[in-house]
Order: sequence, then C-alpha cells, then structure tokens
Amino acid sequence: MDWFPLWLSLRVAGIATVLVLTLGTLLAYVLSHKNFRGKSLADSLITLPLVLPPTVLGYYLLVLAGRASPLGHVYEAVFGQPLVFTWQAAVVAAFLHSAPIYVKAARAILETVDYRFEWAAHSLGASEWRTFWRVTLPLAWRGLSSLASLTFARSLGDFGVTIMVAGNIPGRTQTLSVAIYDAVESGNGQLARILVLVVSALALALLWPAGYFSRGTRSGAAV
Amino acid sequence: MSVDARLIKRLRGVAGTAAFKLDVHLQAGSGITALFGPSGSGKTLLLNCLAGFVRADEGRILVNDRLYFDASTGVHVPPRDRACGYIFQDHALFPHMTVRENLEFAAASRSLQNGPLNRRRRLNELLQAFELSDLAARKPAQLSGGQKQRAALARILVNEPALLLLDEPTRGLDARLRDSFYQLLRRTREQVKAPILLVTHDLEECFELADRVCIVEGGRFVQSGPRDAVFSRPASIEIARSLGIYTILPAEIKALDPGRNTSRLQVFGFEVEGPYLPGHLIGDHGSLCIRSSEIKLLPAAGRASRNQIEAGLLRQSASARGILLELEHEITALISESEYENLRGRDRLRIEIPDSAGHFIGK
Repeated sequence: MDWFPLWLSLRVAGIATVLVLTLGTLLAYVLSHKNFRGKSLADSLITLPLVLPPTVLGYYLLVLAGRASPLGHVYEAVFGQPLVFTWQAAVVAAFLHSAPIYVKAARAILETVDYRFEWAAHSLGASEWRTFWRVTLPLAWRGLSSLASLTFARSLGDFGVTIMVAGNIPGRTQTLSVAIYDAVESGNGQLARILVLVVSALALALLWPAGYFSRGTRSGAAV
Repeated sequence: MSVDARLIKRLRGVAGTAAFKLDVHLQAGSGITALFGPSGSGKTLLLNCLAGFVRADEGRILVNDRLYFDASTGVHVPPRDRACGYIFQDHALFPHMTVRENLEFAAASRSLQNGPLNRRRRLNELLQAFELSDLAARKPAQLSGGQKQRAALARILVNEPALLLLDEPTRGLDARLRDSFYQLLRRTREQVKAPILLVTHDLEECFELADRVCIVEGGRFVQSGPRDAVFSRPASIEIARSLGIYTILPAEIKALDPGRNTSRLQVFGFEVEGPYLPGHLIGDHGSLCIRSSEIKLLPAAGRASRNQIEAGLLRQSASARGILLELEHEITALISESEYENLRGRDRLRIEIPDSAGHFIGK
C-alpha cells in the first residue's frame, strides 16, 4: 500500500490553505471594507472558478503558466524549475478550488463585524492596519477559523484542475483524488475503496470541528 | 478650546427614502453643547462628519485653529489623526479586550510624547478617577451599563481629545444610571476644556447637562444659543410646538410703550402685561408662549386681576411627576399634589402668568 498520495494531498492542501487564508482574507477585507471602481467585476472574477468547468480553468493555467508563457518563464527563473506537472501546480489547483468559497464566506463574516468598533479604533488613533489586526480580525476570528478547516477540507478535494496542470505522475504529482481515479481506471477496486474511505473519513473529521465552531459563532454573534 | 464647523452634506434617498441635506454652522466652546432634535434630523451625521467618518460635500471644520476638513482645498484629515473622542451608542468597547486593554489600545494608538511610564500612570489615574480600578481586568460583557459608560468615557479621555462627541450616551439606560452618568459628565466638563457635543433627543437631558443648545430639525439648526435663552424664547411657534413644554395661547397686541418698557396683550378677553416687544406693532396677532411649568393655577374667585386668565378644567390625570391638568384653550399645566389640594373640586381655574414668563411670537 502506497501512502504517498495521502501525504502529498495533505501537504498540498496545507500549503494551499495557508495561501488562501493570507491572500483570501486580504481580498475579503478589501471587498468588504473598500469601495473602488470595478469592484463588481473583481467579485465576478473571484466567483468564476466556482462555475467554470475544471478543464477550462486547467487550460487557462496551462496557457498562462506553461513553459512557453511569460509567467512560466518568470516562475522558472525564480524557482529554477517549471510549474506545470509538479506538485506545486497541484497547490495552485487546490488554491483555485477553495479560494473563491473562502473569499465569499470570509467577506460575509468580515461584513458582520460592527463598523462602530472599527470607527472607534480609528478615532482613538489606530491605523487601518492596527485596527485590522487588533479589532476586526479578533472579532471575526471564530467565523474565520471554522472557515479555515472547511478550506483545508476543500483543498484536499480538487481533481479536474489538478490532473490537467499537475498530471498523474505516481510518486510525484499523484494526489488522493487523482490516485482514486487512477485505481478505478486500472481496475484496482481494493485500492480505490480504501482511498475513498480515507478521503471521506478525513473530510468528516475536518468538518465536524468546523460545525462546532460555527455553532459557537451563532450564539456569540453579539460580539 | 473651540470648534467651528460649516458643513453641507447631501444624502441621496435610498430605496424610497427621501433625500436628505445637512446644512449647519456649528460653533461651540468649552462646556456641553447639546444637539437636540428628533431622530433622523441629522445629529449623528454631523458627529460623523466632525469625526471624519463621513466626508462632507462642502464647508470646513476647524478645531482649535487646526483644519480638519476644507472642501475648497480638498483637505480631509483621516479620523485617526483628528483628536476627537467619540462615544457611540452602545459604547463600542472592544468586547475581546479587558477594560485596561481597551484603554491601552487607545494609549498605544496615538504616539504621545509621554514615555511608557507616564502612559501607565495616566491609565491608572483614569481607571481610578472613573472607579474602574477593580474592574480593569474585566471584559465589557462582565460590566453593568453604568460601568460600560465610565469605561467608554475613560477610553476617549486617554488621548486628551480636542473635541468630545457623544451620540445619545444614555439611550436605553434606566433613570438611576442616567443620573449617575449626568454626574460623571458634569465632572468631566469641569476637568476637560475641550468642547463636548452631546447628541440627544431627550429634553430633560438638555436641561440637566447643556450649557448651550442647538435645536436640529431636518438637517438645520433652527435655533441655537445658551440653554435658558433658547428654552425661554423659542424662535418660532413650530419650535415651541415641537419642544412640547409650552402653553401656547393666541394673543393680540393691545398696547406698546417703549418708554416704560411695557406691553399689553389680549388673550381670550383677558389682559396680560409684559415687557416691551420690539419689532411689533399694536394690533399684531401672534402667540403667547409660556413654559407650562411656570404657570400658576389658582381657584377662580372674584374678579380676575392682572395677568390672569380664566379657563374651565376639562381633565386631570396623575403622572409620576405630579398632576397634569388639561384646561380649555389647549392649556396644560403640571402641578404638584399639594398645589392640587387647593384646586380640588373646582371646575374653573385662574391661570396666572408671572411677569416676563410669557414670550410673544408674532405671525
């Protein structure tokens, strides 16, 4: 039994989650607190990965970050290797899979933080950055942290984009969901069953505490 | 210390609500200036413009000769650089911080020249002055309404603001807590030279606290000045009506004597004397406004003498503050139980208007 796909998936999902939490929270803050031209366009662009077929997303990524593209060249110059068909490409795929949902939900959570707390902080002399760290984020913390485990669970589950940009290289880019596909295709029913149960158990274990946290947010919504 | 703000802010009507325009010129010095008016008259919007949360369309804001806002030159100092202490409705104490942390947040946010040692001393002084020393480790959820108010007031005083903005600070408090807040605010007024702007729609609060009053209606100051001047001389019959503390009687000027500084009005066939009324002519019709609390009631007997009017008693009812009498001509009076004893059983009463208690408003 080869457990590589499980470890790879956990690593990919972990890194993707960290990226989503930092970039996504920043994006959600901008969307919830700022007015700027093209805001609804930005909102639509963020939603787009949710509705586009994974093959379309994967195609875009191959074109945008492939070895022939300018972006691909920059990546290769910085990291010393191409992005496509590496496990790092699976991180990008997982990121695209979970970021839109995280940004949307995080934006809604940040919008529920009573603006008067932020105004109070500003008029006490706090900068926007300080207000974000010391007031907005702590008040949104419970909601965002339950969202974090949801994000991790979702990052584990990408298949379509992953197989297009990271491929299916056993021992190198084969994540859990790709390994399941591979096992079914090659008639290895035993392996498929085990991996399916592992993924399901993992997802349940991640969602359970998330549900607990979000229940806590409801009753503590008065903060 | 003073504030001088001339502001125009237009709000477009959203979802069926009417468009709104705030257009005021506010001048206030040390002491408490009450912004008094009904909900939706623009009081809170004015505070938000002063604090910088809302950017006005036109005008400028000067606080102690420091320019906070000037539409013509595009100056808009952000809220964090304005020395405004703002008390929000419900206080907006940070719920995830203790009382001390709330104060420390304020102290650390503004880089005062004071070192950390001085800062610490100032925090302790404030905690002590506001009787919060024993509560410093508590979170806002563990505080009573009165304690929250003290903490909110202490928090804005940490940075020695140049202007205090209080948005209905006593809303939702019971009478006892209200009284203790009034005391607290009076003490603050003695110690702080910064102007204190108090938004309220509570007339009693104006009487308790305000040195000056601006009556706000529909986004405008319809009258402003020292409190007693405003309340004893409402500028128009509409203001008098909306304040609801006056007995308003139709009157006609019968005689004017600038030499002896007297006037004589006719009210329902009775004569009322008062000081000379500049700017009016004999024969002018108008209204006589008298603070209901200043009216004296006597049993009707014999001939009505000077400054007395007779009216039939229609209704009486007991309230927490005394007996409310409703008489003919829409006259109402609030009197104490002991005063009422002398009038019991009478159906006609004599209303005496004390000298210079009446205020004539021409049409």
